[in-house]
Amino acid sequence: MNLTLKIWRQSNAQAKGKMVDYKVTEISEHMSFLEMMDVLNEQLINKGEEPVAFDHDCREGICGMCSMFINGEAHGPDRGVTTCQLHMRMFKDGDTITIEPFRAKAFPVIKDLVVDRSSFDRIQHAGGYISVNTSGNTQDANAIPISKHAADEAMDAATCIGCGACVASCKNASAMLFVGAKVSQYALLPQGKVEAIDRVQNMVAQMDLEGFGNCTNTGACEVECPKGISLENIARMNREFLSANIKG
Amino acid sequence: MSVLDSKVPKGPLKTKWTDYKNHIDLVNPANKRNIDVIVVGTGLAGGSAAATLAELGYNVKTFCYQDSPRRAHSIAAQGGINAAKNYQGDGDSTYRLFYDTVKGGDYRSREANVYRLAEVSANIIDQCVAQGVPFARDYGGLLDNRSFGGVLVSRTFYAKGQTGQQLLLGAYSAMNRQIARGKITPFNRHEMLDVVKVNGKARGIIARNLVTGEIERHSAHAVVIASGGYGNVYFLSTNAMGSNATAAWKIHKKGAYFANPCYTQIHPTCIPRSGDYQSKLTLMSESLRNDGRIWVPKNMEDVMAIREGKKKPTDLSEDERDYYLERRYPAFGNLVPRDVASRAAKERCDAGYGVNATGEAVYLDFASAIQRYGVEQAKIHNIENASKDKIYELGAAIVKAKYGNLFQMYEKIVDQDPYKTPMMIYPAVHYTMGGVWVDYNLMTTVEGLYCIGEANFSDHGANRLGASALMQGLADGYFVLPYTIGDYLSHEIRTGKIATDTPEFDEAEKSVNDQINFFINNKGSHSVDYYHKKLGKIMWDKCGMSRNAEGLKEAMAEIKALREDFYKNVSVPGTATELNAELEKAGRVADFLELGELFAKDALAREESCGGHFREESVELDGEQEGEAKRNDVDFAFVSAWEYKGEPGDAVLHKEELEFNEIELKQRSYK
Repeated sequence: MNLTLKIWRQSNAQAKGKMVDYKVTEISEHMSFLEMMDVLNEQLINKGEEPVAFDHDCREGICGMCSMFINGEAHGPDRGVTTCQLHMRMFKDGDTITIEPFRAKAFPVIKDLVVDRSSFDRIQHAGGYISVNTSGNTQDANAIPISKHAADEAMDAATCIGCGACVASCKNASAMLFVGAKVSQYALLPQGKVEAIDRVQNMVAQMDLEGFGNCTNTGACEVECPKGISLENIARMNREFLSANIKG
Repeated sequence: MSVLDSKVPKGPLKTKWTDYKNHIDLVNPANKRNIDVIVVGTGLAGGSAAATLAELGYNVKTFCYQDSPRRAHSIAAQGGINAAKNYQGDGDSTYRLFYDTVKGGDYRSREANVYRLAEVSANIIDQCVAQGVPFARDYGGLLDNRSFGGVLVSRTFYAKGQTGQQLLLGAYSAMNRQIARGKITPFNRHEMLDVVKVNGKARGIIARNLVTGEIERHSAHAVVIASGGYGNVYFLSTNAMGSNATAAWKIHKKGAYFANPCYTQIHPTCIPRSGDYQSKLTLMSESLRNDGRIWVPKNMEDVMAIREGKKKPTDLSEDERDYYLERRYPAFGNLVPRDVASRAAKERCDAGYGVNATGEAVYLDFASAIQRYGVEQAKIHNIENASKDKIYELGAAIVKAKYGNLFQMYEKIVDQDPYKTPMMIYPAVHYTMGGVWVDYNLMTTVEGLYCIGEANFSDHGANRLGASALMQGLADGYFVLPYTIGDYLSHEIRTGKIATDTPEFDEAEKSVNDQINFFINNKGSHSVDYYHKKLGKIMWDKCGMSRNAEGLKEAMAEIKALREDFYKNVSVPGTATELNAELEKAGRVADFLELGELFAKDALAREESCGGHFREESVELDGEQEGEAKRNDVDFAFVSAWEYKGEPGDAVLHKEELEFNEIELKQRSYK
């Protein structure tokens, strides 16, 4: 198929960006979206132009490195996938595709489609861990039984890949689905309960400091999340936060 | 006497590690505060090492090319992590895990290292659970296990099909705790481009800030390389796009010997390639072989009919299918080790029985598992005379609970429903057992320079068993290196801060800058990928699943010629002072173009078949094992460690003879 691409080009964080049109031809429907971008870049390099910068790494939907806002949706039109798993069979010959970076105050653009998501790391530094030494001398792994239900629910929260689609999809650029998922994983497990109060307070404080917006229950984040992280996690975080403030 | 000293402690195998730990020198806490350690790579090995070293009190700097340590490629490991917990009561033990690992590695690993690995494996599970890693549990609330290829017990712990992700996030959380305390300074979006040696010791690195292009100097009392494997030398592999061998190769050029580069794991269950544009291959977890049956049609007419779309795989009756693994290896069936399963798939496809248009695909079929689980569920739920559809529905639900995310991944890529039609799979490059040579302390042949995880060569011999990579990465990082490096650093307490304004740093920085400037100014006619793809084709065709002397000699010459052409005609757009993905790739491919040649040289020198290294000249000619790989213990029971001498083709071989005191060397039989 032949496609027109409208891509955000911005040479660095300080530069003013703009949309630029490109044509690509003979795109196979079996290609992934990023392989289509590879074709475009090979074409640009061979013409002596600068290729489009975009983040990517594992190309199997788990590292969370790839981003892109495609036709107004984080990770494009398909559901439950990252951009690297999005296939060109989702598009038709002759389509015009708009490709922008994830946009949020807390995700400044570095270049073209590459954004800085280090704010997510800083939220994790604030409390995304259980304070246990890595000595190997902890108690036996089976010493505390954990119900299958709680373990499965914690696992569902823990599948977050930290890509930032929730933030990019939210009209308030809120990071509450991301933070809620981490808070929930630990809140659901007995190991996480000891530090629960400090954790939720510190992570929420850092989230606010980074300039993420608040949640107004629109639910776009859940729809666009490639891993199907549920809104319940935001509710659980709010509950944890409220009870922490009362107790703490 | 070889120049290589493995430094394996004396004494009985079972007490070596404990005795060693009881007698090493320790660093007092006040002195640890004055000692700096650099860790390059933040996957399971690097992340766990960084967290533990920082927790002990050292000042740690970590480096990764991704935007966050959490994205290292360990995250993509699916199936699980082995540990000799014997929670299933099925006869597992430290010894059995040790034995399986040495046997699975085709008797080409160091006994003492493997025993230590098996010994600490149980601690890993305890540690990860304490950190909040949500492993799968059964209804009683205890940890669940699954079985993996090459073994007869269930010792694999897992978190759905995302075990690597959960373990890495565990290590990342341990790092976060130390980052918050100021004990780890993370340098993300940074790439190490050289190591700096002062008076023979590793004293720092040169790194490039990938956002600004700035070249930075970082000093330390010891440097740890945990940068992963070199599978991307094949261009197409299951590795991440950015996975590279640069850190490992740069230290090789500075004196670290490179061991067994020819030991590569070609994983049997990957999604087959579909076209020339393909950028990477996707793995389907080996855990699928617990329930999936692998087959191709028995008759060539059916193969043709399927390729032409006239028949569907589901049209073929049981009699018309060749479950070739069950046929050839009745004892292990579909659960033979990876190297055996991969070669068997290649054998069928080379004979013309491949089931897709490229002729390089076999079926992985879940119909029997769905049926089996369906019948079991009908019984559990007391459904009498359940209809065929009901049984299918019940069975499919179980398969979905076990492998749902893998099935979804397959469907998104291939656009076929694996609940209804068998998956198509084909082997792909997945893991490299070879790597930087290290002694028992995980130190390379350069003093103060360590190498852990997939980047080193140590524990898997010529073939790695499933779910053992995560085990090794975390064992090295959490439980081995923190002891061994302490012994070394105890002699560094009087060294003081290491200056970076010295001639050694000047020289290393200059050579890094020279290479970058060369790429930017070369203005050639071909992209970096053009060369990478060409290299990948040579590697796959001549250094792939089976190898012969003639092909390997050709590969060496072709790679050398390709490298020369690369340095004449490669084109890198943009500048050195900005985010420049092409410039990053150019440096990595330049290193692959050297490593590939050494790989072929190593494969040529090893005139035997063992594990992932299969030489067509070395097969069993008769008997029950006819056609199977033939190992040669008399002449080749050694580790090949190569010393760099200016050109990869001129590398000098050093042999570390392998001694087996606990285990009798046998031909692996999975029949």
